[in-house]
Amino acid sequence: MSPVAERQVVKENAMWLQKELINRNYRELATARETGRKVSATFVPGNLNELLMCFDFARSLPETNALQNGLRKKSGKLIMDAERDGQSEDVCTYVKADLGMMLGGEVGPTGEALPRPDVLLLSYTGCFTFMKWFELIRHRYGCETVMLHVPYQGEGKVSPGMRDYVVKQLRETVIPALERISGKRFDIDRLREYMRESQKAEDDLVAVLQSAKHRPSPIDGYFGAVYYIGPIFTAFRGLPEASEYYRVLRAEVDERIREGKGPVTPDGDMGEEKYRLVVEGPPNWTSFRDFWKMFYDEGAVVVASTYSKVGGVYDFGFRHDADHPLESLAEYCLGCYTNLNLPSRIDMICRYIDEYQADGLLINSIKSCNSFSAGQLLILREVEQRTGRPAAFIETDLVDPRYFSAANVKNRLESYFQMVRQKRSAQVH
Amino acid sequence: MDERTSVATIVARCQALYDDLDFKAVKAWKAAAPGRRAIGYMPIYVPRELVHAAGMLAVGIFGGGDQLEVIQGDAYYQSYICRIPRSTIELGLTGRLDCLDGMLFPSICDVIRNLSGMWQVKFPGKFVRYVDLPQNYDDAVGGAFYRSELAKLMDELGELRGNPITDGELRASIAIHNENRSAVRALYAYRSEKPWQAPTSEVYLVLRAGMVLPPDEHTQLVRDYLAATEAAPRAKRDNARIVLTGAFCEQPPLGLIKSIEMAGCYIVDDDFLLATRWLQSGVATDGDPLEALASAFLHHSVSTAARYDMRREDKGAYLLEQVRTRRAEGVIFAAPSFCDPALLERPMLQDVLARHDIPYTAFKYAENTGQMAPIREQAGTFADSIKLWNAA
Ligand code: SF4
Ligand code: SF4
Repeated sequence: MSPVAERQVVKENAMWLQKELINRNYRELATARETGRKVSATFVPGNLNELLMCFDFARSLPETNALQNGLRKKSGKLIMDAERDGQSEDVCTYVKADLGMMLGGEVGPTGEALPRPDVLLLSYTGCFTFMKWFELIRHRYGCETVMLHVPYQGEGKVSPGMRDYVVKQLRETVIPALERISGKRFDIDRLREYMRESQKAEDDLVAVLQSAKHRPSPIDGYFGAVYYIGPIFTAFRGLPEASEYYRVLRAEVDERIREGKGPVTPDGDMGEEKYRLVVEGPPNWTSFRDFWKMFYDEGAVVVASTYSKVGGVYDFGFRHDADHPLESLAEYCLGCYTNLNLPSRIDMICRYIDEYQADGLLINSIKSCNSFSAGQLLILREVEQRTGRPAAFIETDLVDPRYFSAANVKNRLESYFQMVRQKRSAQVH
Repeated sequence: MDERTSVATIVARCQALYDDLDFKAVKAWKAAAPGRRAIGYMPIYVPRELVHAAGMLAVGIFGGGDQLEVIQGDAYYQSYICRIPRSTIELGLTGRLDCLDGMLFPSICDVIRNLSGMWQVKFPGKFVRYVDLPQNYDDAVGGAFYRSELAKLMDELGELRGNPITDGELRASIAIHNENRSAVRALYAYRSEKPWQAPTSEVYLVLRAGMVLPPDEHTQLVRDYLAATEAAPRAKRDNARIVLTGAFCEQPPLGLIKSIEMAGCYIVDDDFLLATRWLQSGVATDGDPLEALASAFLHHSVSTAARYDMRREDKGAYLLEQVRTRRAEGVIFAAPSFCDPALLERPMLQDVLARHDIPYTAFKYAENTGQMAPIREQAGTFADSIKLWNAA
């Protein structure tokens, strides 16, 4: 094979593998009843995928379903259905998109019907709304919930008491419940095996995310990263297929660095890199493409984002540790981004701005997400003050199309880029 | 009747405490003896016994109400976040909370949780703690965790005052708070028995005074109020008996409570200022005091949206119990705008009520809601429909 053809295959491989993984999971969920598999639902931050796999659960992630429905422009109707059914217009739209989907016969994003979960594993790392979300599903459909309470890093660190509490819950509450519901005995060696596999994928993911330190950055650490984190933040971490995906992806990114290329966008390779940004907050899904285009059309690349750390802050060193499986699961849950206190979040963003040589910070504030949004204006001020780099604030929603105003966002971005340019020329003089 | 203990005098004193956004009562308490400290806390619940055992005053901070002009606070919060954090930060930034030597932020929701970090950034050098409350109700698991959290807080408060808190001091504080809880329980029982004698606009103020007064002084105040109001009979009205729920964090303006009453409702139970009656029974005063506090929390807490219900059938059970024991005829859901916990809880509770044929109505408010006419109208229609229902 010629080097050109080989490169072509490598690039296609990563994308193809990722698509295949996601579709396979939806298929597994859709056929779970026929194949006699039990179904679990759990959330992205602090998800215990390796543990759930030990009991052969088919694994559904409600946030992923909501965002997939958002990307496919189906969420607007689902949200309104949930509001008609009594949910408040003020609350998290992920919850309403999910409840709306369940009301509509549980037809998933791919058009296949999703089965009702046998267990809702409620590990509500970093957001209280998760707790209400599963209580609401349980209330309506009677699914069993299993709670894993993950204490908050109020003082910016994980104390031994916090870790022990999570481990104890795993041992005494979560594992026995999963054994009972699945009818399978827990095998800690199987867990270790999955965790070893997770570690490989985690190493490669970190290499991919940190590739953005190069100039030009070969990836977009926000819009592109949401695809990269897909498998590892959801139902695949711990599977050899996921490790393979990250191996292939890393090779592809390395190749782009060698070639001096920027990120791949939906319109092909990005042009000249003009602005390097750090982004805080989740993206908007209903206008995802348009939103991204506003960046790459201007030559703006996101070099690091906090959202790509919601399912694990791996770039600061955490890895699943097969030698201490339960302790390591606990540390994983405790360390996810939304479980960090505000001072730690500010430190993290300042560190990104420095290490990734970013021009500044952009905050995408989500109307219906208190977990991210409450405190973001302070983050903005502090980061600006500490780094001397300009910061900007835009407001959208995750999956409610009523709160995405393209003209507003574009205006804000344009004035922000202008601010960055002014700052630069001020520095030159 | 003795001038000092007439209802009007007691209520006027409570009203003055309520109106005082400069916390003069706290300043006066501190000035009365050298070295005194005060620690603020936010909704919904903190173990105030630990603060008291350290010789400090626990001060409930419930936002700025409808009298505070929020200027700086709006620069910290987007329009789609509730009011209480912005008015609280306003109180802090304008120096009104300088009399506090520390702040406790309990685990209630993402907003207050994040506010704890904002406090660390904006007020460096102050004692700021996030108080995690367990969502696992097994003594050996959630209980052990909570006990270790309490022990940590006890050590830190001891450090702050310069010498450790002893178990004896803590037991004495538990006893004082048991007295307070029992007085508040009596107040609630009395109101339910004779709501015309103890309107909620007064009961609320009496309860609210407990946010800034030392517990023993507050206990006396509650008892004085009960005695005074019993001694001065008032007219009984044909009002609907309702439970008000959802107002556990950001507080409605007093005018809203008055409007509901004027519209023909007797509020016979509610979830205002839950810290005063979170533990529904006395806490043991013998044995390990931390264990006693942890055990009371696990097994005798009120139910509220910020706490996880272990089983589906637990959802709404507490509210049904309130309705049953207080002989309420309906429920008013009053929640702050943008309050995820209250608003996500609401449809589940409404469903439980519907299945038990208990009428309800619902609205949202903000601590600075000014227009009461719509609420008065809604509450009035609700009261009328309950009466019609009962007549039918
Ligand atoms: S509030 Fe935010 S973090 Fe919580 S479930 Fe909703 S979108 Fe997720
Ligand atoms: S009013 Fe509701 S959302 Fe706001 S801080 Fe209180 S509990 Fe949280």
